[in-house]
Amino acid sequence: MALLRVEKISKKFGGLQAVSDVSFALREGSIKAVIGPNGAGKTTLFNLISGVLPATSGEITFKGHALNGLRPYQVARLGIARTFQNIKMFAGMTALENVMVGRHVQSRSGFLASMFRLPGFLSEEREIRRKSMELLELLGIAEYADTEAMNLAFGQQRAVELARALALEPALLLLDEPAAGLNIYETAEIGRLITKIREMGITVLLVEHDMSLVMDISDEIVVLSFGQKIAEDIPQKIQRDPEVIRIYLGEEAAVPA
Amino acid sequence: MRNTLVLLPLLALVIIVQLLASWTDSVFYLTQLTMSAYYSFLIIGLCVVMGYAGQISLGHAGFFAIGGYLSAALTTRNLVPFQDNVLVKLLDSVGLLLASKDVYGESLLVVTPWAACCAAILTAALIAFVIGIPVLKLKGHYLAMATLGFGIIIFRLVLASAYFGEADGISDVPGFTLLPGLTVSGNFQGRVQNYYIAWGVLLIGMVLLRHLIDSRVGRALRAIHSSPEAADSMGVDTARFKLYTFVLSAIFAALAGILLTHYNGGIGPSEASVMKSVRYVAIVAVGGMANLWGAMIMGIVLNFLSLRGMFGSYDDAVFGLILILIMLFAPNGILGLHLGQLRQRFALIGRKRPAEEA
Repeated sequence: MALLRVEKISKKFGGLQAVSDVSFALREGSIKAVIGPNGAGKTTLFNLISGVLPATSGEITFKGHALNGLRPYQVARLGIARTFQNIKMFAGMTALENVMVGRHVQSRSGFLASMFRLPGFLSEEREIRRKSMELLELLGIAEYADTEAMNLAFGQQRAVELARALALEPALLLLDEPAAGLNIYETAEIGRLITKIREMGITVLLVEHDMSLVMDISDEIVVLSFGQKIAEDIPQKIQRDPEVIRIYLGEEAAVPA
Repeated sequence: MRNTLVLLPLLALVIIVQLLASWTDSVFYLTQLTMSAYYSFLIIGLCVVMGYAGQISLGHAGFFAIGGYLSAALTTRNLVPFQDNVLVKLLDSVGLLLASKDVYGESLLVVTPWAACCAAILTAALIAFVIGIPVLKLKGHYLAMATLGFGIIIFRLVLASAYFGEADGISDVPGFTLLPGLTVSGNFQGRVQNYYIAWGVLLIGMVLLRHLIDSRVGRALRAIHSSPEAADSMGVDTARFKLYTFVLSAIFAALAGILLTHYNGGIGPSEASVMKSVRYVAIVAVGGMANLWGAMIMGIVLNFLSLRGMFGSYDDAVFGLILILIMLFAPNGILGLHLGQLRQRFALIGRKRPAEEA
């Protein structure tokens, strides 16, 4: 049973067809990567799934719910969490507080309960803190819990962002270039983490440029070029696909005359 | 708990000031400190909107005026001519009206202060809600512009309306008995009591807002301020949180207006003027935007100086100037200012700002 189904999704920005008629399905418990040259429409595809952009046509269904027309916060509530290509930390908040924001959909206290510390508020607050701390421990950054997130190293910020997304207890995790800006050791570490996340029963869809990472961890790969899906298969076959080789090598060979 | 403990030294200071004022026979200072406390109550509410939800409201004098004017009008305007009206009869039958005789022996029928207070707060909250719904969904400084327009409308409305006393405002507003023995009024004997009521209200407001900031809601607000896209992707309904915060601050402003009006025994149109709104924004900025303590302290200090007449007839100009200077030299407020930073800022004026840290 497919957890996420993307059917003939298209997005036009004025005259530019950023994504055109892309379809694929995501099996529950799998890791799928979306690759393609710059400008292939990978991030646009992510923004369509997470509700940041409305699709021009086509349909996205998640656990049988149509996602079309939902705002990002509504998509998040259905159980889809995401990270960003250029990390978006909450400035002025500690690493722990950043992760605690991720518990938002899993908690209830509103304005009155918070201001007047109504019954149930404190126990919920303790629960938020405990769960968030557990995630920091899982990602190995518990020692930085009280450090302001913006003061952490880049790799640590990635880990905080990942912990924050996991705090939603999502069924599907969208990772937008999780290895961008990381060195090879950190990239390998991220790869291990993503595999661990899958073992927790979370389905992962990632956009990534780092081929070694993609080939290592993905069950299946979707290749986009100029907004169109040109291949979808297991990593071993994608590596030998002549069309995929052409767009990757062809791009380098295309030296202007 | 930690929040409450911080208040103890402040509470001690409040008591010491009162004792000093009474011993040195200078209780008149308490009057301005009482008024400053009410203005600061509005300012800490605005601080949550500006510093934590990241919106600028230039209409808070309008909400203050709605609170003050409505409770003044309802508790002074005689309903005897409308005695046969169904609504008046209904209010009377549920005990929300107060019958008495004025100094000339004419019978007087007015709304009780508690009922007037509730009506004024509800009205302010409702208006904030209605203005906020469309405006808070937009980006940028639309709220500032829309609230500026709202503030001007309220100012013109109270100036033009006979019911609200036109340029004279409303006077002879009765005291507001909060609890038996606790009356907000300008009565000379009640000066010390009113000083404590005002500071009690301010400190309770402070505790409530500190609680709010240090909670799921507060974290969501700070997240929205820092990165709306990321907050959205965490499941935070950003438009709704901004709206509720705005409504909450309007309630704080209205309550400040209500209590100060009963304390002063009246209210005039200058309380509704846009320059008052600018003053509140300036004070939140001086306090450091996302700094409730800074907002409160600056609210007390600057309002006290202004009420003591330290700025003379340049009062409004001083607050305008403060706003400009803060934006140029100390965007984090003067409490967050270091000397080195100041020198750096001086050097930067007239040059292109370097990109702020992301």
